[in-house]
Amino acid sequence: MQLAAPPPRLYRAADGRVVAGVAQGLANHLAVKPLYVRIAFAVLATFNGFGIVVYLALWAVIPQEPVAADAPRRPRRRAVERGTVLALVAVAAGGLLLSRGVPILGNNILLVPLLLAGAGLAVLWSQADKDQRDRWRRISLFETEPTTRRSVAIIRFVGGAILVAAGVASFLLLSGTLSAARDGLVAGVAVLAGLALLTAPLWWRLVADLTQERRERIRSQERADLAAHLHDSVLQTLALIQRHSDEPREVARLARGQERELRTWLYRPEDREESKFAAALEAVAGEVEDAYVVQVESVVVGDAEVDDRLGAVVQATREALVNAAKHAGVGTISLYAEVEPAEVTVFVRDRGAGFDPELVDEDRHGVRGSIVGRMERHGGEATIRSVVGAGTEVELSMDRSTT
Amino acid sequence: MTEAQPVRVVLVDDHSMFRSGVRAELAADSGVEIVGEAGGVGEAVAVIGRTKPDVVLLDVHMPDGGGKAVLEQVKDQDVRFLALSVSDAAEDVIGVIRAGARGYVTKTISGPDLGAAVRRVKDGDAVFSPRLAGFVLDAFTRPESSRELDPELDQLTQREREVLRLLARGYAYKEIASRLFISVKTVETHVSSVLRKLQLSNRYELSRWATDRRLV
Repeated sequence: MQLAAPPPRLYRAADGRVVAGVAQGLANHLAVKPLYVRIAFAVLATFNGFGIVVYLALWAVIPQEPVAADAPRRPRRRAVERGTVLALVAVAAGGLLLSRGVPILGNNILLVPLLLAGAGLAVLWSQADKDQRDRWRRISLFETEPTTRRSVAIIRFVGGAILVAAGVASFLLLSGTLSAARDGLVAGVAVLAGLALLTAPLWWRLVADLTQERRERIRSQERADLAAHLHDSVLQTLALIQRHSDEPREVARLARGQERELRTWLYRPEDREESKFAAALEAVAGEVEDAYVVQVESVVVGDAEVDDRLGAVVQATREALVNAAKHAGVGTISLYAEVEPAEVTVFVRDRGAGFDPELVDEDRHGVRGSIVGRMERHGGEATIRSVVGAGTEVELSMDRSTT
Repeated sequence: MTEAQPVRVVLVDDHSMFRSGVRAELAADSGVEIVGEAGGVGEAVAVIGRTKPDVVLLDVHMPDGGGKAVLEQVKDQDVRFLALSVSDAAEDVIGVIRAGARGYVTKTISGPDLGAAVRRVKDGDAVFSPRLAGFVLDAFTRPESSRELDPELDQLTQREREVLRLLARGYAYKEIASRLFISVKTVETHVSSVLRKLQLSNRYELSRWATDRRLV
């Protein structure tokens, strides 16, 4: 025997809804066109607003159609449906007013406050709708959600409350029971205040717990980021180092590269701009470290936007570092750069083999063309001091005053 | 032995592996004797009180407040501190100097250089790594428009600036001295006076670096 399908339940529609999805849901359930259901509501509404009351009651009673959390939100077919519904509402309102006899303010003065309060309630209840509540919760837990939504929610809440209050107040005022209600109101407020005081610790704790929870979530997120980063970089490098453990050069290169990367990630000021001189110099130093397995101790004082001339300084610095790495025969090179308003100075220094500048062949392209020539072409200067056995220092300076 | 008494050193670092590495490197240096080790702030305070060392090699990053906490808790004792860190962040370096350390070196420093730095600190001089010199130059050259500068504390002299530049370029004290035609002692005096300014100046950059110090 075949299992009977579970009886279809009546849900408020999540898709194709206009107000709360009651009409659409009913239509789905009864397998009729939603338009007919809406017309039925509109007609019923003309009988002393009976249709509206029915609609509200169904809204309160019928659960929202469950939607898979990850299902993409289909755009509501609002543009098409809204016109129809507005028309229906207008018809219902007109019918209602007609049946009561126009002018409204004349013989049915209480209708206005009631409508006012009803509208306010509708706004408030729509906030209490389940998916709205979910959205609220998401908003309060993750600040990444656009905060505009939250402010919209608050505006709606306050607006709804004001509407209801206005409705109730004008009802009391118009029906002449205001003074009687005032006494009750005072008593009610007193009771509410007492309740608020009694439960204040509870609320307070609730808020504190929420804050705490959020903070912990952020912290664990940060920890996850850190773990991910360490895994992607440091652990991989450690694995590589173990594989190359019999090649000291390779190990040193890997370790130094990883150190530089991790250092940048941990300590680099967040406001640093990559297009600037200091960043460009450090990038060049990193390249040389990687390519020649040396350590470049770089210290940069001040910073500036890289223009043509500073670009030339960066390239000349690179060349000087490469020369030191290739010819000095030492593991450490010092790089010092200072940006002053009037000029930029760079020193590249090693304590290596050194050479006699007089004896350098004219065809040693590195020094002639890439360093001295490049600097002079851009209006700068390069000085090379070297003592055999005591190391070499290249000084680059570039005037910044004229543009 | 005609050699002077070795410098008595206490080593404070929460990584025991690093401590044993430093111990091994300094063992080759007969002028330095490690008289105690500590792996935490409380332990460090106790060991320093007990052994009364000349110099404390102090890790910047430790649980329970790091090197700064140790500095604050043994302020009154006659002991000098040399900070040792892997961090190059300005707020770490400046923070520990302003808390009272007489010098700062990175953990990649070689054994002989570390020994020399320890002796220099013991003699009351300051030890600046190239990067620390760079930070100081940076902080003291930034224009400070908000208030009057105290020339005594908030500005460097031309000579101090020259010394710092050479330090940042990786020059040793002796090289600086011969470069500027002054004695090593004079270089040391200049560096110590920079250290004093660094610790006492109210320049905005310095106090920002000193307070923003984050713990990793």
